[in-house]
Amino acid sequence: MDILYMLVPLSVVLVLAIVGVLAWSVWNGQFDDVEQEGERILEDDDSPERRPPQ
Amino acid sequence: MSTSVSTTYNYTVVRQFAVMTVVWGIVGMLVGVIIAAQLAFPALNFDLPWLSYGRLRPLHTNAVIFAFGGCALFATSYYAVQRTCQTRLFGGPLAAFTFWGWQLVIVAAAVSLPLGYTTSKEYAELEWPIDILITLVWVSYAIVFFGTLATRKVKHIYVANWFYGAFILTVALLHVVNSAAIPAGPMKSYSAFAGVQDAMVQWWYGHNAVGFFLTAGFLGMMYYYVPKQIGRPVYSYRLSIVHFWALIFTYMWAGPHHLHYTALPDWAQSIGMAFSLILLAPSWGGMINGIMTLSGAWHKLRDDPILRFMIVSLSFYGMSTFEGPMMSIKTVNALSHYTDWTIGHVHSGALGWVGLISMGSLYYLIPRLFGKEKMYSIRAIEVHFWVATIGIVLYAVSMWISGVTQGLMWRAVEPDGTLTYSFVESVKASYPYYYVRLIGGLLYFTGMLIMAWNVAKTIAGAQPVDAPVLAAEPAHA
Repeated sequence: MDILYMLVPLSVVLVLAIVGVLAWSVWNGQFDDVEQEGERILEDDDSPERRPPQ
Repeated sequence: MSTSVSTTYNYTVVRQFAVMTVVWGIVGMLVGVIIAAQLAFPALNFDLPWLSYGRLRPLHTNAVIFAFGGCALFATSYYAVQRTCQTRLFGGPLAAFTFWGWQLVIVAAAVSLPLGYTTSKEYAELEWPIDILITLVWVSYAIVFFGTLATRKVKHIYVANWFYGAFILTVALLHVVNSAAIPAGPMKSYSAFAGVQDAMVQWWYGHNAVGFFLTAGFLGMMYYYVPKQIGRPVYSYRLSIVHFWALIFTYMWAGPHHLHYTALPDWAQSIGMAFSLILLAPSWGGMINGIMTLSGAWHKLRDDPILRFMIVSLSFYGMSTFEGPMMSIKTVNALSHYTDWTIGHVHSGALGWVGLISMGSLYYLIPRLFGKEKMYSIRAIEVHFWVATIGIVLYAVSMWISGVTQGLMWRAVEPDGTLTYSFVESVKASYPYYYVRLIGGLLYFTGMLIMAWNVAKTIAGAQPVDAPVLAAEPAHA
């Protein structure tokens, strides 16, 4: 199963990368006020009839 | 909200992908119906190599997964990432290149597969020149998507974008590793891996393609379009974050469950089974989060057929993510492996989860993209929903029964140790279910035709308008 010498290190690198991105997002304040973020996409009105005149 | 208009969103590429999703949906599902008919009536192979089951089957899977599903993912991700980041798509003409490049990949697949060109790797059958084109398109997709994220006008990255982003990056990695090959002619290559090593890479790719192409990507769709259609925020935003990180941390090693009882070492099979069972937790967390978004507004399900597409889709997601881990248990797999049960499982996920969530999201998107208040016919959406749902149920149930029948017949032994049934007897026993499956597939395909008519009527004579990018509200920035 020589292939595992490639696939396992690849997974380890990936997990480390994921940990890195998670750390970035925590320290960047991505999760500081999470429940409000769910609401925000609803404030963005994308219905065609309410578009301001072009 | 401020109305200072500086630029517009890039809706052109979203419109193109959205329309082609419908077109390729019809093509892919038609081929599916044809091969289902070939299984029920083998004479329909017509003794022509180009129309034989072995060549049309990969055409079907490629068309529904990468053409229909792929276009749906491109369309919905390009729309969601622009709207949630409040900025135009990054990369200018690169977005248009992803559209035309992806269509070229699809056409190349539709020509080369019936001609018999194949790497014989399931879900990665396309030969090396097409693989290189896929890589180019995919890298461009990543640049457009992550460039848009990087130039966002809002500090927070909405959860749907995390799912879309993970899907784009992982598919790039999977494709490059699994498609590594030595060319031996313009349309011929040999895999860089051999024997069981090749099998391991293939299913590392194969299952992660299910996990990231057919799950993470469509979960991104779920997290944007379900709350938008309901008009309520996702049930628990906190849970959606846990869902994302739990899913991507645990997904990568489920692949070996495709190789139970093969030459793959036993311990590697057990790892695959263990990780598959772990996946039940994040999958159900996400499913419950999506469905509970309706909490307190269940009445909307009665009046809104688009919402029904989405919620039933999530129910199928829950069902197939329960069924999958169960089938990965070795003792269950001993019965289910190589039988039609697997086909039933795949289709409850593909038709139920992937198909319905895409159709629901498209019904949300298309009127907005073409400046219409709503789809031409709400009644037609309703009919589509019922036709499709009944089709899925017929499909899945017939394949479950057929699969268990086959599994039991194959393992039945006489007291003296000889097999009770010959293989062909199990084929004969499967025929009634093949007819039912064909009916189920035909119904689902009919639903797609209804959708195409509805979409054509909606966009006929429409003056497509690109929505202006509105400045972010400073209070939230």
